[in-house]
Amino acid sequence: MKLIKHLATATMALGVATGAMAAGHGEKTKVGFVYVGPVGDGGWTYEHNEGRLAVEEHFGDQVETVFVESVPEGPDSERVMTQMALEGADLIFTTSFGYMDPTINVASKFPDVKFEHATGYKTADNVSVYSARFYEGRAVQGLIAGNLTESNIIGYIGSYPIPEVIRGINSAYIQAKKVNPDVEFKIVWAYTWFDPAKEADAAKVLIEQGADVILQHTDSTAPQAAAQEAGNVYTFGQASDMIEYAPMPRVSSIIDNWAPYYIERTQAVIDGTWETANTWDGIGAGMVGIGEITDAVPADVKEAALALKDAIASGEVHPFTGPLNKQDGSAWLAEGETADDGTLAGMNFYVEGITGEIPQ
Amino acid sequence: MDLSSINPVLLLASLMVAATPLLFAALGELIVERAGVLNLGVEGMMITGAVAGFIIAVESGSPALGFLCAAIAGALLSLLFALLTQVFLANQVASGLALTLFGLGLSALLGRDYVGIKPPSTPKLDLGMLADIPFVGRVLFTHDLMVYLALVLAIAIWFFLHRTRAGLILRAVGENHDAAHALGYKVVLIRFAAIAFGGACAGVGGAYLSLVRVPQWTEGMTAGIGWIALALVVFASWKPGRVILGAYLFGGVNVLQLNLQAAGAAIPVEYLAMSPYLVTILVLVIMSADRSRAPASLGRPFHASN
Repeated sequence: MKLIKHLATATMALGVATGAMAAGHGEKTKVGFVYVGPVGDGGWTYEHNEGRLAVEEHFGDQVETVFVESVPEGPDSERVMTQMALEGADLIFTTSFGYMDPTINVASKFPDVKFEHATGYKTADNVSVYSARFYEGRAVQGLIAGNLTESNIIGYIGSYPIPEVIRGINSAYIQAKKVNPDVEFKIVWAYTWFDPAKEADAAKVLIEQGADVILQHTDSTAPQAAAQEAGNVYTFGQASDMIEYAPMPRVSSIIDNWAPYYIERTQAVIDGTWETANTWDGIGAGMVGIGEITDAVPADVKEAALALKDAIASGEVHPFTGPLNKQDGSAWLAEGETADDGTLAGMNFYVEGITGEIPQ
Repeated sequence: MDLSSINPVLLLASLMVAATPLLFAALGELIVERAGVLNLGVEGMMITGAVAGFIIAVESGSPALGFLCAAIAGALLSLLFALLTQVFLANQVASGLALTLFGLGLSALLGRDYVGIKPPSTPKLDLGMLADIPFVGRVLFTHDLMVYLALVLAIAIWFFLHRTRAGLILRAVGENHDAAHALGYKVVLIRFAAIAFGGACAGVGGAYLSLVRVPQWTEGMTAGIGWIALALVVFASWKPGRVILGAYLFGGVNVLQLNLQAAGAAIPVEYLAMSPYLVTILVLVIMSADRSRAPASLGRPFHASN
């Protein structure tokens, strides 16, 4: 018992000492990353970590990066952020929606540290938000999915019913419906970002209930494996390319490319020009990429998908263009009208034609 | 709502698959706790088994060899815990937590080159005529060997604990290690064996995830199943029969709630999502009203000099 006590004291002393050293060491800019899953998830967190590695490579010795992976959303994440700030981080990226309030709370305690919260909407003097217009990629997926399905049932694995996910469902549905009026979406909420067993179960259930195309908004590649096992089911890579599952079941993907943004913001901190911003970039700016469309997709469908992608990138087409009604039949967008960013950012309704209710 | 789109046969069949990893891990931990040791490292041993089984199965092309090596890997890792807690008398709670962290890190390291690879498929057991029985045949007799092995293991453990001399000794060690020691039983040795058995079971449970249920390797893929197994042992009052019930309830309600969601049932999704936890706890708590209690020496350190 005594030995344990001694060890504990020694460890604590060591911790305080290293903490103090880090704080006093001012030349290097320290950038912290808080991840919701493991860096090896092959999806969402993997791409954020690629962005972190790009920052390291770009700045070399000028910058030191630290990260903590698999941090649960909610109060526990505050502890991790506080620890990072105490250890001298100058800039902290918190990379999941559920870190929104914790980020704001911790940021108010460390006014000199800059925070960047991904996919949220609350800003402060030292908190920026950034996100990608994933729904632009979803529109391309919806077009391909609507063409590929033979059962006319498309399965959709949602994580949490937050605006980002709901936007994706609506965007995919609108395009799928355009090319295939009989299409139906079956939506399952997994209530997790990362749980391979549960994601695989969700995919299997959807396949058993007749879906032959699966879209996922969770982070692991488990649904891809489940679809491969079932055979004759199409999927799309989510957040990352997931090219290991090409050409079947994965026929295309949405790729998040955070590296340019992370480098730009780190540079701003080094230069002392960092300001609160609300960045929301899409295919045009390169933050959202469309992974290679494989030969499992008919040539004419592939061509149409690429045309839609280019039109969205140039701003010619907006995925949410009227006439569109809400699920209850009430009018939302008039003919030719496009959705404004405010509505999109807080989207909490399905468009007309989708069945089921959004959990509130 | 269109409940007709739920196929009860497929639902029940996937229930058995969903419950198997949990069942393996919980049965292993049951033996460990019956021997008076609290090993919180189930999650770490499971994920180590998942990665070890996956690597061996991919390299050798044999899922059976994969499961075997997963058991060995889980047991080896658990022996580390046994060494710390039984020889050096380290705190069991802290050592168990450390084992989980160690296992998660180790598996991530080992599995780096195995992301995105498809494992050799585990063959379904050919039960011939039995599988042709309508309904029951498809539900019960179309699985791989491991599903049945988990059930057989539960029965074997019940038999071992209550009908054999060795089981009696194991329980004696768990109830009162000083008395067992005074009777001349090797408390530490018996606990070593129990811990290794628990590790092997957790390893197999993990490998079932990576080889059959998902099937792929992803870092951190157990995502908390080990903790659920730990809780399940307590709620099942350390009884193998109730562990089966609990694991099947948990797996079953989980698959059912996903099915109901996909079918568009008019039940709020939040309630569906929490239902596996709620139903399992509720049923097992009601059942454990019969004054069953934990092994008396659970979590207490033992040294022959005491």
